[in-house]
Amino acid sequence: MTVARWFQIHRPISPRARLVLGIMSFVLPILVWCVVSYVPSVWHPQMLIIRPGSVDYLEPGMRMDRKAFEGEAADAKSEDRAPPEGIPANPIYLPAPHEVAMAFYTAFTTPPASKDGVWLHESLWHSIQIIFWGFFISSVLGVPLGLLCGTYGIFSRLNEPFIEFFRYLPAPAFGALAVAILGIYDGPKIAIIVIGTFYQQVLIIANTTRKLDLALVEAALTLGTKNSKLLSRVVIPGVLPDLYRDQRILLGWAWTYLIVAELIGTTSGITWFITQQARYQHFANVYAAIIIIGIIGLGTDMALALVGRRLFPWDRSLAKQD
Amino acid sequence: MNQIVIPSAGLPSYRDQTHQVRSRFERLKAREVILTVNGLGKTFRSGKKETVALRDVHLSTHRREFLCVVGPSGCGKSTLIRIIAGLEEQTSGEVLLEGKPVTGPGRDRGMVFQSYTLFPWLTVKKNVMFGLEVNNHSTFAAEQQAQQWLALIGLEKFADAYPHQLSGGMKQRVAIARALANQPRILLMDEPFGALDAQTRCRMQAHLLEVWRKIDITIIFITHDLDEAIYLADRILVLRAHPGELQELIEVPVPRPRDLSQFISREFLATKARLEELIYSPHAGDAEDDLYPMVARMTDVNDNVE
Repeated sequence: MTVARWFQIHRPISPRARLVLGIMSFVLPILVWCVVSYVPSVWHPQMLIIRPGSVDYLEPGMRMDRKAFEGEAADAKSEDRAPPEGIPANPIYLPAPHEVAMAFYTAFTTPPASKDGVWLHESLWHSIQIIFWGFFISSVLGVPLGLLCGTYGIFSRLNEPFIEFFRYLPAPAFGALAVAILGIYDGPKIAIIVIGTFYQQVLIIANTTRKLDLALVEAALTLGTKNSKLLSRVVIPGVLPDLYRDQRILLGWAWTYLIVAELIGTTSGITWFITQQARYQHFANVYAAIIIIGIIGLGTDMALALVGRRLFPWDRSLAKQD
Repeated sequence: MNQIVIPSAGLPSYRDQTHQVRSRFERLKAREVILTVNGLGKTFRSGKKETVALRDVHLSTHRREFLCVVGPSGCGKSTLIRIIAGLEEQTSGEVLLEGKPVTGPGRDRGMVFQSYTLFPWLTVKKNVMFGLEVNNHSTFAAEQQAQQWLALIGLEKFADAYPHQLSGGMKQRVAIARALANQPRILLMDEPFGALDAQTRCRMQAHLLEVWRKIDITIIFITHDLDEAIYLADRILVLRAHPGELQELIEVPVPRPRDLSQFISREFLATKARLEELIYSPHAGDAEDDLYPMVARMTDVNDNVE
């Protein structure tokens, strides 16, 4: 295969190549991480002290700047003292892949440090519930309103200008207000996710609805379809596959509001876990927790895509994607 | 424009009708009038510019008549049929269906569009059932009737297929069945075979005539294909463009039943010659004619392809 063929616009890619490329998209960043972590000549700006030698302020396990270390070593040598020994290391905030992998395992098997603490899976479950309720409440209001705005000009003109304005207001800005109104527990967190999702949701779903082929509506009209039946039997089924796709994207957005939402009031859920671990400089655990969020998000989306294919066997754009 | 000019010398007048054809028309006109269009006008307004799409159009069709509407592009034939369907509102005049004025779309006027408008989320059978269900027939009754209509168009085997699994011709057959299942008084067809390939179109025309012969339906059929119009129609309404106005109502002298061999019959050719005269004459006003320039030669003079 020549290189030129890879650069043909919209050239279809074979399922095998697709799989290989998909795996590569994960392997490549991990590979970069491995190189930075395991090849001492790449980056490694610090030294991990093995033996302090004659330098009295050093301790084994301490990290120090490479330049300072080399200075101390040279001083000791010139004064004929025992030089400190150490190995090149990365800063503590960049653990190596294997450390994160270990943390992944131990995070689920280690009991919480304090008695009133929670397990990682309990934190995660709490976060998932926050997301669920936030997205659910947003959808219950946003989907019908989006459909109405996309179908009837009167709803569109009455709602969309204000929503366009409101969606620029950053959801976390309402944090203090949400706490004042809803208390310090789950209420304000769910509210932030609703605020972050709802306004985008209405606009996106209204736009999707507007893209419905008008000829289908006209065909239904000439078949004697009237008013509400036009909405329930033509508009809604007609946009359903696209609406479902929109909801998948919006659910992803809801997740991105999770961390700020959970910082509001009493910190809870996965955010509580992450901030605790970061406080004790267990950065491997922090990375593990962040990666888990990604895995849950991607996993949910893939599962929903699969369900979508079952739900909408007629949908051609879905067939083209896969 | 380089038209195929049919030598009209030696052809009979398109007005000459055999005894058989004349008595058919007499019987046709004796049947009750289904649709009347009186002084219909339509003006489109965009900004300050006004475009007259239709002006003072009159027509009436009798029960079980097959009426074709032809005309150059911009003559408003689609606008006419869309007003009859109730999808657009006229600026002046009125449309009467069995004496009652038309206000908005309704099940008494079925329509088949050029673009495929089957509901992609419904199976073929469900598409045919659609009109019956929204008009409060029980699912059971709708299903029974849909089966019959599918049998009529010969697509029972595809009852559970989705539209995207059908060919263009099949889609239009289902669209016809879907419209007919509602048992409308009149079937409006807006260039329904325009997107089909020549062979499929030919079969669809024969199929449509067969359907029309067997059931009580009046058809108004829009086309820009003159052969199609002559082959299908009892009468052909010729419109003029800019503004869209009535030019002539032609009674097709070709006897029924129609078949492909009639395409070279004298009556057929005479009618076609008349249609071409009307549509391609300079007065017909197809403004696009002067938009095609002579192309400058960019090859060697001796390197000739003709």
